[in-house]
Amino acid sequence: MLAARRHGESDAILILFTFEHGRHAGLVRGGASRRLRPLLQPGNRLACTWRARLAEHLGRYTLEPLRLYAATVLDEPLPLAALGAACGLLELGLGERDPHPTLYAALLALLDRLAQRDPTWPADYVRFELLLLAEAGFGLDLGRCALTGSDRDLAFVSPRSGRAVSRQAAAPWVGRLLPLPPFLAGVGGADARQIVDGLRLSGHFLRRYILDPADRAMPPARDRLLAMYQRLAEGEERP
Amino acid sequence: MAAVEIERLIRLLARLPGLGPRSARRAALAMLKRPEVLLQPLVETLAACAEHVRRCSRCRNLDVRDPCGVCSDAERDPKILFVVEDVEDLWAMERAGSFRGVYFVLGGTLSALDRVGPDELGVGALLARVAEGGVEEVILGLGATVEGQTTAHYLAERLKPLGCRITRLAQGVPVGGELEYLDEGTLEAALRARQPIV
Repeated sequence: MLAARRHGESDAILILFTFEHGRHAGLVRGGASRRLRPLLQPGNRLACTWRARLAEHLGRYTLEPLRLYAATVLDEPLPLAALGAACGLLELGLGERDPHPTLYAALLALLDRLAQRDPTWPADYVRFELLLLAEAGFGLDLGRCALTGSDRDLAFVSPRSGRAVSRQAAAPWVGRLLPLPPFLAGVGGADARQIVDGLRLSGHFLRRYILDPADRAMPPARDRLLAMYQRLAEGEERP
Repeated sequence: MAAVEIERLIRLLARLPGLGPRSARRAALAMLKRPEVLLQPLVETLAACAEHVRRCSRCRNLDVRDPCGVCSDAERDPKILFVVEDVEDLWAMERAGSFRGVYFVLGGTLSALDRVGPDELGVGALLARVAEGGVEEVILGLGATVEGQTTAHYLAERLKPLGCRITRLAQGVPVGGELEYLDEGTLEAALRARQPIV
């Protein structure tokens, strides 16, 4: 589930990210009730049946819980912000009823890691955003230097083309390029500093290609996630 | 066909929570049939409420006094501040009768969908109140929802530099609840928050 908007006094309009139909909206009768509220939290995995007289109608959902991911992250601010950010970006960035099975699988894997507090989840989150860009048709080319063609010592990304640049070739333009965290170039794990660089990199292109053209702002949860990692990175760098 | 005034009364009543057009029509008819017993007292009470009920400048509760009855109660402990989403939560806590500190009504939760940010909530007023001093513990009594807990973490982050103890309500098995009927999210929360019994 990506989002729920209250509809009238007792119903809700639900926005789901489905395996077969992508982002899909529908009405849930009694969606504002106490019984259904625990289910209708962003990030929860639900089995749903959608019924409508015509395909273009809003239709009605009937729902069953599969895995209530939201409850698993409520205690922890970082995973909670990541869950909110992932759902918020999918809600903003995907077209209605356009299937993205790869992104769906990546989201499920991310939610599992968040629920298990797997330490690799921050790196997976950044990769998830890059996959969202790629699925929207704006994939970055981080495998090879745009200037030399080399796949070694890739350290920057062009903010215009979204292509990687090696450290040596980037020398004249370093101040104008975005840092490429080594974990995205397949080197080592990711510390807080690298996660900040990764979030800034994906954030730049999310704004440029998805949010700004639609006149939408970055989801607040995504801003909070970046702010929290910035504070962590500052703590790591302090002697 | 009802008179314009009656139709207007029905339309206004139908806008209240819990009432639809049909129940609003029934309520209007009941009042109009017994004006001395139902309608006139209601008119007077509504007018009195409209004139006298205000938000408390300390806690944002609704009362005819400012500071409200809770804030001005000398028996209460002002060192413990309970933050709730809305006035109905404050009333629920008061019905339980188990809390003897003071409250702060936030006015909702952070919500990207509804475009509610920290500026739309009473976050500034809360921080100012804690910064005044005298508050030793802030209890964040916000809903166990993604929006409620996002707000709780945000508040905890903003309150932390002020040096008070920050706690939140427990999540888990409700009194009278049977495990068989609990949703898996509540069960997971309850398991994580388990406590030694001896």
